[in-house]
Amino acid sequence: MSALQKMMGWIDDRFPLTATYKAHLSEYYAPKNFNFWYFFGSLALLVLVLQIVTGIFLTMSYKPDAELAFASVEYIMRDVDWGWLIRYMHSTGASMFFVVVYLHMFRGLMYGSYRKPRELIWIFGVLIYLALMAEAFLGYLLPWGQMSFWGAQVIVNLFAAVPFIGEDLSIWIRGDYVISDATLNRFFAFHVIALPLVLIALVAVHLVALHEVGSNNPDGIEIKKKKDPVTHIPLDGIPFHPYYTVKDIVGVIVFLMVFSAIVFFAPEMGGYFLEANNFVPADSLKTPAHIAPLWYFTPFYAILRAVPPLFGSQFPGVVAMGLSIVVLFFLPWLDRGKVKSIRYRGPIYKIMLALFLVSFIGLGYLGLLPSTPVATIFAQVFSVIYFLFFLLMPWYTSIDKTKPEPERVTG
Amino acid sequence: MKRLKNFLFLLAAAPVVAFASGASIHLDKAPVNLSDQDSLQRGARMFVNYCLNCHSAGSMRYSRLQDLGLTEDQIKENLLFAGEKPGETMKVGMTKADGKAWFGATPPDLSVIARSRGADWLYTYLRSFYRDDTRTTGWNNVVFDKVGMPHVMWDLQGEMVPHYRKEGEHEVIDRLELAKPGSVTLAEYDAKVGDLVNYLVWMGEPAQVQRKQLGVIVLIFLAVFFVVAYYLKKEFWKDIH
Repeated sequence: MSALQKMMGWIDDRFPLTATYKAHLSEYYAPKNFNFWYFFGSLALLVLVLQIVTGIFLTMSYKPDAELAFASVEYIMRDVDWGWLIRYMHSTGASMFFVVVYLHMFRGLMYGSYRKPRELIWIFGVLIYLALMAEAFLGYLLPWGQMSFWGAQVIVNLFAAVPFIGEDLSIWIRGDYVISDATLNRFFAFHVIALPLVLIALVAVHLVALHEVGSNNPDGIEIKKKKDPVTHIPLDGIPFHPYYTVKDIVGVIVFLMVFSAIVFFAPEMGGYFLEANNFVPADSLKTPAHIAPLWYFTPFYAILRAVPPLFGSQFPGVVAMGLSIVVLFFLPWLDRGKVKSIRYRGPIYKIMLALFLVSFIGLGYLGLLPSTPVATIFAQVFSVIYFLFFLLMPWYTSIDKTKPEPERVTG
Repeated sequence: MKRLKNFLFLLAAAPVVAFASGASIHLDKAPVNLSDQDSLQRGARMFVNYCLNCHSAGSMRYSRLQDLGLTEDQIKENLLFAGEKPGETMKVGMTKADGKAWFGATPPDLSVIARSRGADWLYTYLRSFYRDDTRTTGWNNVVFDKVGMPHVMWDLQGEMVPHYRKEGEHEVIDRLELAKPGSVTLAEYDAKVGDLVNYLVWMGEPAQVQRKQLGVIVLIFLAVFFVVAYYLKKEFWKDIH
């Protein structure tokens, strides 16, 4: 026995190192037919790590103080060694996190990854998405620019629309009557400690649940149903390591090429990742002419604005916006289809999913624009389609003409 | 002859200073070229001479001008007038309260002004001041109506006066014309403002030249890495069918 083996033995007697390695990597059997859409889970994990590491370094020079915050970001951009790179990686990472997560979620919709037995994976995923939205919103206040300030003002004011307790609730969140130093300090605390902890914990349970039931695949069939009679290894399964580790490295490099192209050549991304108005320090006396949230929130912002106020209260819109995310939790039970994957679904689901996609992107686009009567009508139509995709799902998935699923995974 | 020359310049500048009707004002394209160090150095000098009396650039250190090819001695001799040290940031003596009292609004810090306003806006704005006796400063601006800032570079550009045209019931400014020439021609003035805006764009993010250079290297590295990773994956996967 070599020294290394001896040491591993010593550890394994005390900690399940080899067992864990086997269970999650070398003997975790993933379907061999993963396609392009299956890169985004590991990429989301990569971006999470990037955000945490760059975030730690930003924290070393950033000042969570209304008087100093804006200038401290510029200090990072100019006087901290490689500060500009760290800051741009973090700001680009925020947007790319959502790009990757949206693609990851859409993959789930296409191949029915949320269906039994993966309901909890999906629910943990939606919770991750919620935590991510909170994390992004909190972080966007920190540069203390005009859009930071007024964006936070608009979103916190949504809580003020809650009947009876709204006004007190919004003051409780801000710690003040307006967004102020107190708000900045608490948002900083939540952004750098509370939410990252929640995110990491949720990602951990998301992965534990995934590895318990095994991954879905583009055919939406269970590879565990067809096992080798001797080894009990799924016939269509291959060890995650080395097969998917080497494959994911290719995906990581392609992703990093896109990521680097943005970081090094277009960090503002035409104003979508870093808004021009956020290079103006926050001024509580100067309301910008047009306040729009960052692109990843705009679909929900458009739903909010699409709902007409009731007795002068924005509350119905706030409820609609909340429901548009809450409805995601019920997806596993709304879908009554006989098959999981879009490959074997009937035409109705395909049309509904296409309509949903168009509506979501349409809402995202409309949320960026100032509100006009025509835009509002479009936003209302898209919002109705968004909700109908979910609410009619039990009906249209059960009457849809599906194709038979294959016995074994294909191509 | 001088009058003819001025007239010709005016003619050449006319399409540039003529403004499109409607709410949005046509912005001229700023001649930004961050690899032109001479232009950036001239712009830095313009900035220190004209802007830095009222506007600060609180995130910008004088010593960073070494990135533009200036030596520390050159910076000390030519750009530091009030006993500042090269390691200090570009501050102004005027207090915020004074600024507000004198101009109606505190002159904003210009460290990242090119990132919030954009180069084209700055380039057009700085060339669009005109005489307006209804304003306390005596100046107004086509791009920024009722702006608190006077035409600081009037001695260079001279005095422009507006020519109006009817648009429905409103009178709108059609174009500006030179009423009293300054110390340089309008074309020379445009070039000077071009240098200044070029500098402001550089100052908005002094690392941007380095950023793009590094980006090329990073992408080349990733491209090579991609080839290696692609064949590695292919090798591992050749027995999976």
